[in-house]
Amino acid sequence: MFRTLRDLPVDAQVGLLFVSLFGVLSLITVGHLLWSLRRQSEPDRDTLRDRKRNLRAVWLAAALFWLAWISGPIGATLLFAVVSFLALREFITLQHTRRGDHRTLLAVFFVVLPLQYIIVARGHFDLLTVFIPVYVFFAIPVVSALAGDPHRFLERSAKIQFGILVCVYGLSHAPALLMLDFPQHEGRGPFLVFFLVVVVAVAHQVMRLATRWFRGPAHAPDISATFSFRAWYIAAGSAGVVGALMYWATPFKAGQAFVLASAAGAIGMLGEFVMEALKRDAGVVQWGNRPAITGAVGLLDRMAPLCFAAPVFFHGLRWYFNVGR
Amino acid sequence: MTKAELAGHVLSFVARLITGAQGHWVGSTPKAEQRIYFANHQSHFDWVLIWAALPIELRVNTRPIAARDYWTSSPLKHWITREVFNAVYVSRSRTEDEDPLQPLVEALAHGDSLVIFPEGTRGFQGEPMPFKSGLYHLAEQFPQVPLIPAWVDNVQRVMPKGEVVPVPLLCTVNFGAAMSLQPDEAKADFLARARAAVVALRPRVS
Repeated sequence: MFRTLRDLPVDAQVGLLFVSLFGVLSLITVGHLLWSLRRQSEPDRDTLRDRKRNLRAVWLAAALFWLAWISGPIGATLLFAVVSFLALREFITLQHTRRGDHRTLLAVFFVVLPLQYIIVARGHFDLLTVFIPVYVFFAIPVVSALAGDPHRFLERSAKIQFGILVCVYGLSHAPALLMLDFPQHEGRGPFLVFFLVVVVAVAHQVMRLATRWFRGPAHAPDISATFSFRAWYIAAGSAGVVGALMYWATPFKAGQAFVLASAAGAIGMLGEFVMEALKRDAGVVQWGNRPAITGAVGLLDRMAPLCFAAPVFFHGLRWYFNVGR
Repeated sequence: MTKAELAGHVLSFVARLITGAQGHWVGSTPKAEQRIYFANHQSHFDWVLIWAALPIELRVNTRPIAARDYWTSSPLKHWITREVFNAVYVSRSRTEDEDPLQPLVEALAHGDSLVIFPEGTRGFQGEPMPFKSGLYHLAEQFPQVPLIPAWVDNVQRVMPKGEVVPVPLLCTVNFGAAMSLQPDEAKADFLARARAAVVALRPRVS
């Protein structure tokens, strides 16, 4: 069956992927609806509201993703650039920067971020790799130092650099996959993005369920009350299985798809664990504003796994398959 | 759509893009009634943020106070404050025979809501300064109008004094429970109570 799928024309494969994506989402939504009719005790109502909010976010993300797909590589790059901007905004909000950082932050938001995504859109892979870690990371302390405020200087620089690393550098590798051309698989970049986003999302959701159902001992309860290696193995394994099921749309063989997908899922979940530690450090429960009445939830909470998985996935592909040079 | 409406939409979009401009209604709900909102004052951006955090239907009748000498000094400033924000102009230089609150009283008598910053001037660190007495006089003259305290959070980081370009950071506006002047309440007591109501809305982690 997979061989037939593999031989389908690209358009049919795209259609099939999105039909399955929206199909699975619809099934989950209907299931959620039925479940919400059945039971109504007090603690259930909280999880219900949580789940509803999650579901809505997933639908929104899927719809945006589909829009980005039909608008081509430029649209997708732009979408990720906007997400990067919003995520970085959330990150910096919680860090105690000072007045002396004002110019630095302006440079980060209005120069570094757009430049990084322009580099991505033009497919300069070598520059994409070094622009932030080499040039920007040296420039940031310089701009901050020029503002003349020595108070907690190392801490401020480190916070800004970490924000860029995760929200801009990490995430920009997802649209960069669009530009990777495998021999005999030209124009298949979008499938790689789809592959990465789906397996990371699967790992993320499975991790949540796994911590609820087969909860192992929390590894570092001071950082995360739920992170356990048992749940992490399950999440990575499920990401691998889903990845293998999608191998026909990618340039990989089924086994390769399994390894890549589970690696991406595993790294994404470790990334989330790291962000959890940062949140504890900043003293908050989730990124972004409190949900309150308007129902906005931290975007960074949802994007963090992708931010960590994307660069490793991208550079892994470049190195192992020797593409994009 | 008029030019002023368009400018209003663009401005609120930019404010939301840069700060999120999220309104949290902690002790009251957004409601189409005459109100006096009063808040802490850290930056010129405060007003825009409160305005953008209000539901669009309430923005039309909610007016800021603008210093006449500064905000009419150029055609653009004058146009924005007059056409887009429908500001109430007050003069900062006091003359003997003029009540500085007169324009505010007229606006309230006309049924409009007002946003005032009772500190009078922008404070730059931490605690808000003591409130000026204008709020008390308005509360005395319009006892039926609910007074809504508000805390505008994080704005001083978005645009510190002397900077022109804002940094994108999330800002919130917390609106508290309505209060009013108690019978026989002394001026100083009332102003201290109003200030405490604003400070109480400050988020613990910011």
